[in-house]
Amino acid sequence: MIRFDEVSKTYSRKARPALDGVSLEILKGEFVFLVGASGSGKSTLIRMVLREETPSSGEVHVLGQRLKALPNRRVPFFRRNLGVVFQDFRLLGNKTVYENVAFTLQVIGKSRAFISEAVPDVLKIVGLAGKASRLPHELSGGEQQRVAIARAVVNRPPILLADEPTGNLDPSTSAGIMALLARINEGGTTVVMATHEASIVDEMQKRVVELDAGRIMRDEAHGSYRRHLGDDDELAPRALEEETA
Amino acid sequence: MRVQLIAQEVWNGLRRNLSVVVSVVLVTFISLSFVGAAILLQMQITQMKGFWYDRAQVGIYFCGPVDATATCSQTAATAEQVDAVRAVLESVAIAPYVADVEFEDRELAYQHFMEQFGGTSSAEFASPETMNEALWVRPTAPQDADLIREATSALPGVLEVRDQRALLEPIFQVLSTASLVAIGIAVLMLVAAVLLISTTIRLSAFSRKRELGIMRLVGASNRFIQTPFIIEGIVAALVGAVLAAGAVVATVHFLLQGYVAPMLQTIAIVGLDDALVVAPVLLGIGVLFAGVAAAVAIRRYLRI
Repeated sequence: MIRFDEVSKTYSRKARPALDGVSLEILKGEFVFLVGASGSGKSTLIRMVLREETPSSGEVHVLGQRLKALPNRRVPFFRRNLGVVFQDFRLLGNKTVYENVAFTLQVIGKSRAFISEAVPDVLKIVGLAGKASRLPHELSGGEQQRVAIARAVVNRPPILLADEPTGNLDPSTSAGIMALLARINEGGTTVVMATHEASIVDEMQKRVVELDAGRIMRDEAHGSYRRHLGDDDELAPRALEEETA
Repeated sequence: MRVQLIAQEVWNGLRRNLSVVVSVVLVTFISLSFVGAAILLQMQITQMKGFWYDRAQVGIYFCGPVDATATCSQTAATAEQVDAVRAVLESVAIAPYVADVEFEDRELAYQHFMEQFGGTSSAEFASPETMNEALWVRPTAPQDADLIREATSALPGVLEVRDQRALLEPIFQVLSTASLVAIGIAVLMLVAAVLLISTTIRLSAFSRKRELGIMRLVGASNRFIQTPFIIEGIVAALVGAVLAAGAVVATVHFLLQGYVAPMLQTIAIVGLDDALVVAPVLLGIGVLFAGVAAAVAIRRYLRI
C-alpha cells in the first residue's frame, strides 16, 4: 500500500532534515499511528504520501505508484485514491453538511445519481444522517470532524490519512471519532493517523511508528504511545508544528 | 452537474469581486474601443486612397511665355511640342499605362482657375494669357503616374509634370498618424487590461483559497480548478468587448454616417459594413487576451 525506501527530506532553509533515511512499509488494511514530538516529521511523512512534498532522496511508493515518476497533471487523479482528515476539519463554511460531502464527488465528476446515493449513505455511517442540511458552524467540533471524515471516505478510498484528527476535540468526543476510524479500518481501508494523544494510542493497541528528528525510533505491531510505561518523557505540545509552517 | 458547478463558481467569483470586475469591464471597453478606432482609421485610409487615387490625374504643364527653366526659355510651347508629348503618351511603351488624355488650353485653364479661385486676390491678376496649357493624363493604375512623369518631364516645352497624388499625401499622413496614435493607446490600454484581469483572477483565487485547497486535496483536476477562473476573466472582458463593439458600431452609424457623411459628400466614409467587420475582431481580441491572462494568473494556484 505505502512504502518508503530510505526517504530523506531537507528544506533549504533548515540545517536539520525533516525526514532522515526513513524506510517504512504499510500493508493493506493496517491501522498505523505515527507518533512523535512536533517537528519529528509526522506531517512531512503524510504530505509525502499525498505527494504534496517530494523526497530529496529515496523513493515513495503508494498504491503501486512510484510517486517520483508521477507527472504533475496525474497527481489530482492519484489523490482521488486517498482520503484526508485534518485537525482543523477544513470544511467549507458556506456549504451545508450534505454539500460539503457532495462537493468532493462533484469536483471529480461523479454523476448526480451517484452523489444522491453515496452522500446520505456515508452520512449515516458517520452518524450525521439527521444533520445533512446544517451548516458547519451549527455543529460541534466532533460533528464537524465527522463531516470531514465523511468527505474523506465518501469516494471509498483504499487509504485514509488523518493528521491529528482529534487534536481539537475533548477526550469523549475523540473516543467517538476513534471508534469511527476503527470501523472504517475494519471495512478494509488502510488508516494512517498522526497523533500526540497517548491515551488514544494506548487504547487502540494498533501498530505504532515513532518518529524523532526525522528518523524512525520504533515500529511496534501493538504498541503504546511511550516506549516504556512510566517513561517520564514530556508529552509534546500540540500547537505549532514547525514543519507545516 | 459539473457545468452547473462551474457556472455557479463563475457567478460567485464575479459577484464577490464586483468592483474589480467593473474596472476590468471598463478598461477592456476603452482599450478595445481604441483598437476599433485604429482599425476603422486604417479602413478609412484605404477607402480614401481607393477613391481619390482613381480620380487623381497627372498634369503635364507646358511652358508659357514667361517661364524660364531648364526646359523653357520664355517662349510658349509650340503645338508641335504638345503633339510630341502626346505621341510619347501614345507610344507602344507608355500607352498601356495611360487610360485617358485630355488637353486643357489657356481658356479652359482660366475657366477652371476662376471656378476655384474667383473672387480671391490671386484672381485679380489672372488672365487666360498667364495660364499654362496642360495635358491631363489619367493613368491606368494610380502607381503608373510615376512612369508617365518620367517619360514626359524632360521633353522640350514641358514645364512641369505634377502628380495629384502628391497633394493627397499630407491628408493620408495625418490619418496614418492618428491611426498609429490610436494603436499606441490601444496597446497601452490592452497591457493595463491584461494586468488588471490577472490581478482580478489572483484576487478571486485568493478569496477562494480554502475551496481551492480542498479541491486539490480531493483530487480535482487542474482543468476543473482553472476553468471557472478563466471563464470569469473571459466573461468580464467579453462584456467590455461587447460595449466596445457597440460603441464602434454606434459611432460609425450615428456620428460618421448620420452626421459627417452628409456634410462631406465628396469623401467616402467608412460605413456600417466596415464596423460590423471590426466588431467580431474586438470580441475575439477581448476573449483571447482575457483567457490567456487568466490562465497565466491562475497557474500559481495549480502548483501541486
